[in-house]
Order: sequence, then structure tokens, then C-alpha cells
Amino acid sequence: MTIFIPTPLRGYTGGKDAVELEAATVSEALNQLTASFADLRKHLFTPEGKLRAFVNLYLNDEDVRYLPEKEATAIKPSDTLSIIPSIAGGR
Amino acid sequence: MSSVKLTSAVYAEIRAHGEQTYPHECCGALLGVQSVEGWSIQSSVKAGNTRTDSAHNRYQISPIELMKIERTARAQGLSIAGFYHSHPDHPAQWSQTDLAEAHWLGCAYIITAVENGHAATTNSFFLAGTGEEEKLFEPQQIVIGE
Repeated sequence: MTIFIPTPLRGYTGGKDAVELEAATVSEALNQLTASFADLRKHLFTPEGKLRAFVNLYLNDEDVRYLPEKEATAIKPSDTLSIIPSIAGGR
Repeated sequence: MSSVKLTSAVYAEIRAHGEQTYPHECCGALLGVQSVEGWSIQSSVKAGNTRTDSAHNRYQISPIELMKIERTARAQGLSIAGFYHSHPDHPAQWSQTDLAEAHWLGCAYIITAVENGHAATTNSFFLAGTGEEEKLFEPQQIVIGE
């Protein structure tokens, strides 16, 4: 499968905008990603190990938070996982 | 001070967008390429403001829209280089809300003040720092070029 890395996190993947890996679930994919690129972990997860609230994950076109099995969702080799930090603000 | 390069077309587009949505905040993404000199913005993408409950002083881009914008950028060989939004009848300065909700470290956040429906000052701020706990906005120079 392919994980797409957003601009602000590419500094922690050696400049790569996409990482290919083999994993059975979304959670396993994230664990493999952060095992390969350890400095990514603190940007994706809280010290308690929960995905940071502003980090959105899309498995293909589906928001992982709204999938029945969430991060335990099974993945196929052809799947893509997009990491999308949120954007908001105002005066 | 760092700088961000915009084409004159992009500069005009993001300011016009602020006028179009006045008195509500506009928002969108900036697509470009990065070099040692910083970001060079090639195009802008208008986004919908999902904060319809408080659109005069808040903006938010839906994550699914953002994901699709990133997909488009990738197909064009570009990256999301930053974002823009407007401050209707308010200075073009970042707010605590802007900083709290900013998570794209290393990217440009451009704000246009829109006064009585007319685009006034446009400023850019670089989201510096290496993590959520120590991020900060640094003013950056806007360079208009082709």
C-alpha cells in the first residue's frame, strides 16, 4: 500500500512524499511508518499514543474515523492512506 | 526574514476571493514548489468555508476537500505550500485562533484584510518550529513575480 505524506511531515521521511509498505490494517501501516521514520511519531500521536485530533486519515476516499472498524480496518495492497493535517482559523 | 513568491495572478486571485465572500471569510490552498529560497506559489485553489455557523470570523476547510486538493497538487507535480484566508474588516494579522488551528509547519499562511468589501493589506506568515508545542508564526516577505 501507499501512504501519502503531507508537506509538513516530509522532513521526517527523508523528503519522500509517499511511502510504500505492506500492512494488514491501518493501525499496522501507521506503526510500520513510524518504526521506519521514528521522528514522525510525535507529530502523529500524543504522548499517550492516541492519534492527534488534528490529524485526519483517509483510506482511499474514506475518513478512517467513520469506518466501522476505524484504525483496525483491513487494507489491500492497492489502497492509499492519506495523512491530512486539518486547517482552520479566523480572527 | 523568509519570503514567499507568488505570481501576480495568484496574488490577484486570493485578494479577489476575499472580496467575493465578504463579509464572510474566504479560504483556500496555495500550491507550489519548494527550493532553498522558500516556496514559489504556482496556483491557488478556492475552498469552501465549512464554518457556516460563524463565517464572518472563522474558516475551516473540510479534510476531504483538502485531501482532494492534495491529490490534484500531486498530479501536477506540486505540493500544498500553504493556505490563504481573509479577515473581513479586521487587520491582516494572525490571531491566536489562527495559530492554534495551524498545523502545516513549514508552510505559508497568507491573510488579506478586506475593508468594506475591498481587499486591503495582504500579509504572509511562515509557520515555524518543529512541533505543536513550539510552533510560531514569523512574518515573511511576499515577492510578486512570474
